[in-house]
Amino acid sequence: MTPDDPAPAAPDTPAAPTASTAPPAPTAPSAPAAPPPPVFVKRHHWIVRLTHWVNAIVLVLMVASGLQIYLAYPRFGLRGDASVGLNPFEGVDFPAWARAGGWLAGALNIHFFLMWPLMLNGLLYLAYLAWSGELRWLVFRPRDLPRAVQMQLYYLRLRKQHPPQGKHNALQKAAYCSIVALGAAAVLSGLAIWKPVQLSWLTALFGGYEWARYWHFVTVWVFTGFLVVHVALVFLVDPASLRAMLTGWYRGRFPSEGA
Amino acid sequence: MKERETAGRRSFLVASATAGASELVSACGFRGGPLEDDLASFSSFNDWVSARLFSSRLAREYPIRSRTPERHFPSYYIMRGGMPMLEDPASWVLHVGGLVRRPRMFTRAELEVLPRLTYTVKHHCVEGWTAIATWTGARFAALAGSVEPLPGARYVRFRSFDDGYSNGWDLPSAMHEQTILAYAFNDRPLGPDHGAPLRLYSPTKLGYKLTKYLFSVEFTDRRPGGYWEDQGYPWFGGV
Repeated sequence: MTPDDPAPAAPDTPAAPTASTAPPAPTAPSAPAAPPPPVFVKRHHWIVRLTHWVNAIVLVLMVASGLQIYLAYPRFGLRGDASVGLNPFEGVDFPAWARAGGWLAGALNIHFFLMWPLMLNGLLYLAYLAWSGELRWLVFRPRDLPRAVQMQLYYLRLRKQHPPQGKHNALQKAAYCSIVALGAAAVLSGLAIWKPVQLSWLTALFGGYEWARYWHFVTVWVFTGFLVVHVALVFLVDPASLRAMLTGWYRGRFPSEGA
Repeated sequence: MKERETAGRRSFLVASATAGASELVSACGFRGGPLEDDLASFSSFNDWVSARLFSSRLAREYPIRSRTPERHFPSYYIMRGGMPMLEDPASWVLHVGGLVRRPRMFTRAELEVLPRLTYTVKHHCVEGWTAIATWTGARFAALAGSVEPLPGARYVRFRSFDDGYSNGWDLPSAMHEQTILAYAFNDRPLGPDHGAPLRLYSPTKLGYKLTKYLFSVEFTDRRPGGYWEDQGYPWFGGV
């Protein structure tokens, strides 16, 4: 079902078109520890790669301008009411390198501009997943739960073999599903604090303006945590996946079924 | 409307952002670079979206017991060296003119006999804080009705005696049912900390759009700027 891409720009991929249709040939059964042969498999459609990197850039700037905006009032709740949300960053002056916009108005203008590419990019990505059928590789279902446990055991080195997987392993499915949901929560809580009167139903969904502002801030820390783990796993576990996200072609230790 | 303290911190931030080496680190002090002006212009697209989202919907009202303790309700003005105050409050009048059929002045007593509105609502500051208070004032729509705006009037300019502070509003926002010219705060006459003798108020706008220390209301066909709006804050400023 995955739509075919034009030939990749990567210069060293002559075997790719055939490799993408045939699963990698198993090596001799007597040598299970040998790495799989270096074949290229098509992994990411250009829309996925484009939206991934647009998202990466936009999110970093959204967080940086958001921290600048937060500084204008670095606490939560109505004036004189400290009952909203646990906040270890109360009154914290984030360092200049982590901020964007220079001052409140500059940061607001960055934030309110980037919200459009952020939303359009997210919608394009979801539309592609739905259209291509790739959504099924990404949705975490109840049956993925035991697989996620096995995967976790592997990461904790309590299991030697990397468990078999589809395009993504069960933990990846859980992570990528949650991150899509988190993206939606960030956008919706953002709209809720942008227009708490005109979109009062949305603001009420988050528990009112003060809580919506709090949850919007919480998404920043979940995103940041995700980013750290995501990047660490790419480099520690499967560096070849970085090339796959750039060129679309994967040649690494986990040439999974279904591309 | 910023606290003096905040304005001071802002100039400090700007100064430190341009102070040198830190500029080279990462996004540090990144203001959009050559795109800074474009980002500010893009803000007019968001003004357009905001105007489309704006409706006659009423902002929620709160019970009186929800009021923010007054000592926690900040008081912002731009004048240096003290709160803007009238030397002779008795001689104060509100000038209402521009594109209207019957320009005139209103004394405090004349404003108080216009149809009034009292509500307890939430104040949203662009900085992110909120506070609840009760405001009483003359309905702006009633004031407009008495001067009869001409068909060309599409905007309203509100002028303050706080060191040239002003705001521009679109007419639909001004004519919204909850837009008032407030002369009372929490059941008492408006004090100089909240814009005495008269302040524009609406729970559908951010605080910086709610002109304090009013002395003139002018109907116009050209979009008026404003003190913070001209420095880059969103012009529509609706919530």
